[in-house]
Amino acid sequence: MIEKKNPASTVITYILLAALTVVTLLPLVWMVSASLKPDIDVFSVPIQWVPKNPMWSNYTTIWSKIPFALFTWNSMKLSVLITLIQVTVSSFAAYGFTKCNFKGRDILFFAYIATIAIPWQVYMLPQYTELRIMNLGDSHTGYILIQSFLAFGVYLMRQFYQNIPNELMEAARIDGLNEYGIYFKIVLPLSKPVIATLSIYWFVRIWNDFMGPMIYFDSESNKTIPLGIRMFIGQYSTEYGLLMASSVVSLIPVIIVFLAFQRFFVQGIATSGMKN
Amino acid sequence: MLTYKNKRLTMGTRNTLVGLSFILPSFIGLLVFVLIPVLFSFILAFMDWDGFNEMTFVGSSNFLDIFGDRAFKSALIKTFAFTIVTTLLTTFAALGLAVLLNKKLRFKNFFRSAIFFPYFSSMASIAVVWKLLFMKDIGPINQFLGMLGVANPPGWLASTDWALPAVMIVYIWKYMGYYMIVYLAALQDIPIELYEAASIDGADGFQYFWRVMVPMLMPATFFVVLMLTIESFKSFDLVFAMTEGGPGTATTLLSNFIYNKAFISFDYGVTSAASFVLFAIIAVITLFQLHIEKKMSN
Repeated sequence: MIEKKNPASTVITYILLAALTVVTLLPLVWMVSASLKPDIDVFSVPIQWVPKNPMWSNYTTIWSKIPFALFTWNSMKLSVLITLIQVTVSSFAAYGFTKCNFKGRDILFFAYIATIAIPWQVYMLPQYTELRIMNLGDSHTGYILIQSFLAFGVYLMRQFYQNIPNELMEAARIDGLNEYGIYFKIVLPLSKPVIATLSIYWFVRIWNDFMGPMIYFDSESNKTIPLGIRMFIGQYSTEYGLLMASSVVSLIPVIIVFLAFQRFFVQGIATSGMKN
Repeated sequence: MLTYKNKRLTMGTRNTLVGLSFILPSFIGLLVFVLIPVLFSFILAFMDWDGFNEMTFVGSSNFLDIFGDRAFKSALIKTFAFTIVTTLLTTFAALGLAVLLNKKLRFKNFFRSAIFFPYFSSMASIAVVWKLLFMKDIGPINQFLGMLGVANPPGWLASTDWALPAVMIVYIWKYMGYYMIVYLAALQDIPIELYEAASIDGADGFQYFWRVMVPMLMPATFFVVLMLTIESFKSFDLVFAMTEGGPGTATTLLSNFIYNKAFISFDYGVTSAASFVLFAIIAVITLFQLHIEKKMSN
């Protein structure tokens, strides 16, 4: 037999994995630990993994020192709204691309795929200029518009819809349902898993987005958490404890989403990557 | 609403209209916020513009400017180095992890989740954490190296030689979990019969790995390498959040060069020209890799 029978190799596997896991998680553990220290203890030698007098006040100070509550609200609002639009629009389009037959469909879809391959750097600046011309520069509306219509969502949904048997549509058509009826009554209820996958992806993506808000938002009232975190890095001094505390807070929604829906992420990677 | 009851339309026209009505909301958004900007960018590549004053046509001079620019050449070389190193190491790490985690183990899900997690953590947060970990004199990494007896630990982000390797380490740390999942999905598809046949033939673990797993994982490897090449070639936010391209230009990758041209020099023509060079390189690499994949699978 190839494996299993060899206890030494099993032990080595465990040791390797344990070591790799520790290395992977240590930066995050260090972050939590530093978030509970006064600045002066953050780099104490040797490293104090469990702070002697945990400074919980770091977690209250971040809300008063900068408008962190507003940033959290902005992040939440943008992530939820953009995800809603992206999922709705993508699922609708994916149905058109898979289940409706018409001339030019595949050429149109090719245009979609092509935009996925174009790096964002190519259209970053024109997008920025366009929003300014439309009077949507430095606004949440502008940011929502540029993040809600990306082709990846359509691509992912289409991969899933292709696996829904066409006989199901045919049967429904014979029963007198029109395409909209089929979409709402048959396809939509079936697509819960892929909707979950795309929603989670997009939520995390927008929640974590750092470059977009950095380029588009100038006024403080528009800013999101990733920009807020960086406000603790000063020109001359950095408030380490607050910086780490705000970073930990920013990770909490992602951890919750991750633990609750991990299987959808895994499914999404398998769907988007390997089946073409 | 369009329905089948509308008898004046032929079947084909009706189907087209119904199909398009599903696609339209998405397409208008894509057209206005992606396709038109891409086209605009292509035009800008041949223009001189600062975003406010009149645009002037300058032909290919933006491209000539770029290729004569030493900063651009340096960024290009660094981007290639960054891409090659991170792609290779991340692929190996992901494959190794997937093979380890494909075995029957206790706590398998815990290990998997832990290694996968950095992929979801926000760049803004982890970049600052690693920045502190990498600090030259007091940072935990150099403290640890000191404990191991390393006399002159590298200056990491403060050193022009070590800043790029430091960024690469963080990149690999963040992305290896994602590609591990891709490999795990592919490993699930290797038929159990192959494993049994190899056992009967008396293959050991290494032989099984090289003779069965590696060839069977070829499609997955092509996908992983292609994605990693594209992603690392255009990677930007990690460098920006950790070093802003510094010290000096030690970590200024192509994307950072483009960003600086756009939002610091306001040289929109050069920005667009450089971004199309980036796109062209990515397109060539992609086509080349797809060509090799086709050749090898024949």
